[in-house]
Amino acid sequence: MTAISDREKLAYMAAQAADARLNVELETEGMTLNLGPQHPATHGTLRIVAKLDGEQVVSCEPLCGYMHRGYEKLTEVRSYPQVTTLVNRIDWLGSFANEVPFILAAEKLMGIEAPPRAQWIRTILFELSRIANISLFLGDLGLQLGAQTMGFYAFRDREYVLNQIESATGGRFHPNFDRIGGLKDDLPKGWIDETRRAVGKLRDFCDETDDLMMGNEIFQARTRGIGVIPADVGLAYGLTGANIRGSGVDWDLRRDNCPPGLVYDKIDWKVWTHPDGDSFARTWVRLQEVREAISIVEKLLDSIPSGPIMAKVPRIIKVPEGEAYVATENPLGEMGYYIVSKGDLVPFRVKIRSASFNNVSIVPWVARGAYVPDLITILASLYFILGDIDR
Amino acid sequence: MSSAEGTVAEETEAEVERDEAREALLAQFTAELGDAVIGSHIRPGDALWVRVDAAAWRTAAEYAKGGLHCEFFDFLSAIDWLPSPFGRDMDSQEDLVVHGKEPKEAPPMQSGYAGGDTRFQVLARVASTSRGHDVILKADVPDDDLSIDTWMPVYAGANWHEREAWEMFGISFAGHPHLAHLYLPGDFEGHPMRKDYPLLARRVKPWPGIVDVEPMPGGGDDEGGDGE
Amino acid sequence: MIPLLAAFAPPYWLATVIKVLIVAVIVPTAALILGILFLFKVMSWMQSRMGPQEAGPRGLLQLLADGVKFLQKEDIIPDKADRFVFKAAPVVVLMSTFLIFVVVPASRNLVVENLDPGIFYALAVASLSVIGVLMAGWASANKYSLIGGLRAAGQLIAYELPMVLAVVGVVIQAGTLSLTGIVFAQNSQGILGWGGLGLPFILTQFVGFAVFIAATQAELTQPPFDMPVAESEIVSGYQVEYSGFRFLIFFLAEFATAFAFAAVAATLFLGGYAIPWIDAGSDWYYLLGPVVLLTKILLVSFLIFWIRFTYPRFREDQLQTFAWKVLIPIALLNIVVTAVLKVVL
Repeated sequence: MTAISDREKLAYMAAQAADARLNVELETEGMTLNLGPQHPATHGTLRIVAKLDGEQVVSCEPLCGYMHRGYEKLTEVRSYPQVTTLVNRIDWLGSFANEVPFILAAEKLMGIEAPPRAQWIRTILFELSRIANISLFLGDLGLQLGAQTMGFYAFRDREYVLNQIESATGGRFHPNFDRIGGLKDDLPKGWIDETRRAVGKLRDFCDETDDLMMGNEIFQARTRGIGVIPADVGLAYGLTGANIRGSGVDWDLRRDNCPPGLVYDKIDWKVWTHPDGDSFARTWVRLQEVREAISIVEKLLDSIPSGPIMAKVPRIIKVPEGEAYVATENPLGEMGYYIVSKGDLVPFRVKIRSASFNNVSIVPWVARGAYVPDLITILASLYFILGDIDR
Repeated sequence: MSSAEGTVAEETEAEVERDEAREALLAQFTAELGDAVIGSHIRPGDALWVRVDAAAWRTAAEYAKGGLHCEFFDFLSAIDWLPSPFGRDMDSQEDLVVHGKEPKEAPPMQSGYAGGDTRFQVLARVASTSRGHDVILKADVPDDDLSIDTWMPVYAGANWHEREAWEMFGISFAGHPHLAHLYLPGDFEGHPMRKDYPLLARRVKPWPGIVDVEPMPGGGDDEGGDGE
Repeated sequence: MIPLLAAFAPPYWLATVIKVLIVAVIVPTAALILGILFLFKVMSWMQSRMGPQEAGPRGLLQLLADGVKFLQKEDIIPDKADRFVFKAAPVVVLMSTFLIFVVVPASRNLVVENLDPGIFYALAVASLSVIGVLMAGWASANKYSLIGGLRAAGQLIAYELPMVLAVVGVVIQAGTLSLTGIVFAQNSQGILGWGGLGLPFILTQFVGFAVFIAATQAELTQPPFDMPVAESEIVSGYQVEYSGFRFLIFFLAEFATAFAFAAVAATLFLGGYAIPWIDAGSDWYYLLGPVVLLTKILLVSFLIFWIRFTYPRFREDQLQTFAWKVLIPIALLNIVVTAVLKVVL
């Protein structure tokens, strides 16, 4: 399938030609606009250098790295529980979800399986962090497009989920709750009923978002047909999560390659896709995913088994020699950890495959020919977190 | 760990089918690339590793995309197999408990799954969303000339991954149009992810180990709490 | 009391001085009221939060505190900016607002000048702010300001037309351009023969009212038409280089203009200072008129700000399409229908 490479080559040539044209013609001067690194539209310190022709983007290049913390180097000098704490901070909005693939990869190398109760609670917290993350996306999209009220409603309703995460793990933003072999603690009394109530309120939020934003004609005019990503281009760039499901690809790691340790195969749930591939499709898929996550949480809450919360694990964890890669369907996309272990206390090499890295690498391709407001819409609908890009 | 034994017994029965699928994949690879496939490893039910010759790095990608329909590009990175000359940088309680007073000697350089002869290896993973299989590809990067073919004409997403691998490890990708710094500032010298590049934080201040609770300002004598 | 006010007939120069003073006081006060009430409190309640609570009782003096804060800031002018144009731009914008207040009647005699081409003058003068915006965008020597200024120029000029056309329907029905005359017309006519409510033109000119409100939103560069000031893209657009009291002037101008347009809308469509049961020429309006007018202004402002807080913003080309392909044809149709019905009925 060389069609992709041709298109990419054409894109580069077009950008170069446009560059040349801008510099040679004397009548009009293209303008180079710097969006960021301090800018309300980029969720963090992402700098986008856009060459504009009037209001159209001729070429744009995202420059990341303002928040690079050197995670992969840091993991080489930390023991596995310490890496768990570190890894919380990659995608800080749904931070429990960052720990899960790492712990699952370490468990795979050690040959340990967490007890069923721990697996259930792990999955519930995973889905709760998905709800927290994506409901902020919905509010933030409204903010980017100018509907300020949406942002406030999202923050208000997200508090219910964060309160539940805090009461279970002790931290709203950085739970640091997962351990190799299980979880740190059992759930507090009454948590199950409270969580059921909390996610019920989130369901109202989704309906409100449907009314206020998705059905709004201006919102549809701003997002339909904007930033269309065909499925093959998305896959070649490694787009994952709702981005690729918004382009019609039916691929969800919770169903298709679920690592042992999460219990998605024990309940009935649905994967949502949308064929269009534009910003509206991606937003719509995310909204349905929040609804689906709410129903998954409710089903899981109904069926939590009792039992121990932690398997028999030595006190000092030395993971046997080997390599393992585990990826899960995180709120932002597919997040994976490739752990190389030499049988030691600390990992030898951890390659962190973060979702937003690939998601943002497609921005130069998508944004050619778009208007500046459309660039903002595209960035908002692709949804990245700086910690995820920059690690 | 008694659970492991039980599962091993089950695995040898139930995993034969999964094994076969991956072995079939490996066979397809070998059939297409022939001598270029130098090593491989299969973990039943989990993953397939294939190590190819450095010269066949791009051909392997093209076959994976075209012949095996792995159109999804996951990641591309590198591994530096040199054991760190700075040791583990963890003089903590755990280290002493495990290894005694002396820090363990650094082992000789040894590669991982699917073997390897050189210090640097590139590592990539591609998957097929339509067929449901995936493969992890490795290739040795020749020690004297740290360079390997770029994957960009095959997978457009390799652009940023290769830039990161270049700036972190120093491996240049022949044919990449714009190998520039991605994370690091433009004038950064050195390649941080190499094992002989020190983690400066630990050089400046060694790992303190288990951190005791700071004594109260009045000078109270607190029993050092378990700082895990 | 009222006969005293009615008999108060100062010489022309004194009357002019008093009128100028009143307008000069009304404009900032209006901005203050609208700002506090709508921007802080109503917006906060709509977004399920409480708004400022510290300054003054329940946070009502917040805007005064903000004003003082702005006044004591350092006056920063960018190095490459065109100094004279940079300084003049906010003043131009504010001037056009002051000039609108010249014709708004608070009662038959409580008007600065009862001009015959009243509404025509008001609309003409309102469009002076476009020049100010362009001056600000260019003189700031900043790419973001330039983008904002260019967007504003296109938008404000485009939305002049629907505003004018929406008003033409009212003028046809009232038979006069003078704002006081329009109030009289609404007060004296009746609905199908019943004179109880007068004929506020919103009932017959509902299309015109909708178009006028949409055009007002655009003229005020408020969401959904706030491309020039798109906060999440170009961070305040043409105002981005302004700080301190220059920004305060822009801020004041925005709310004072909202007040002015709401006053014009209230006069054209809701009956102005008059209430149906008291004849528009009566002397009661010396006291009642301003109160009635203020109430109607607050109603219209609520509508304007409610739309502001709810809708996302249009893209620039969609904005222009909306003006040229939707609003103007509708307004033209409205004029034709009004004219035909006026002759026939």
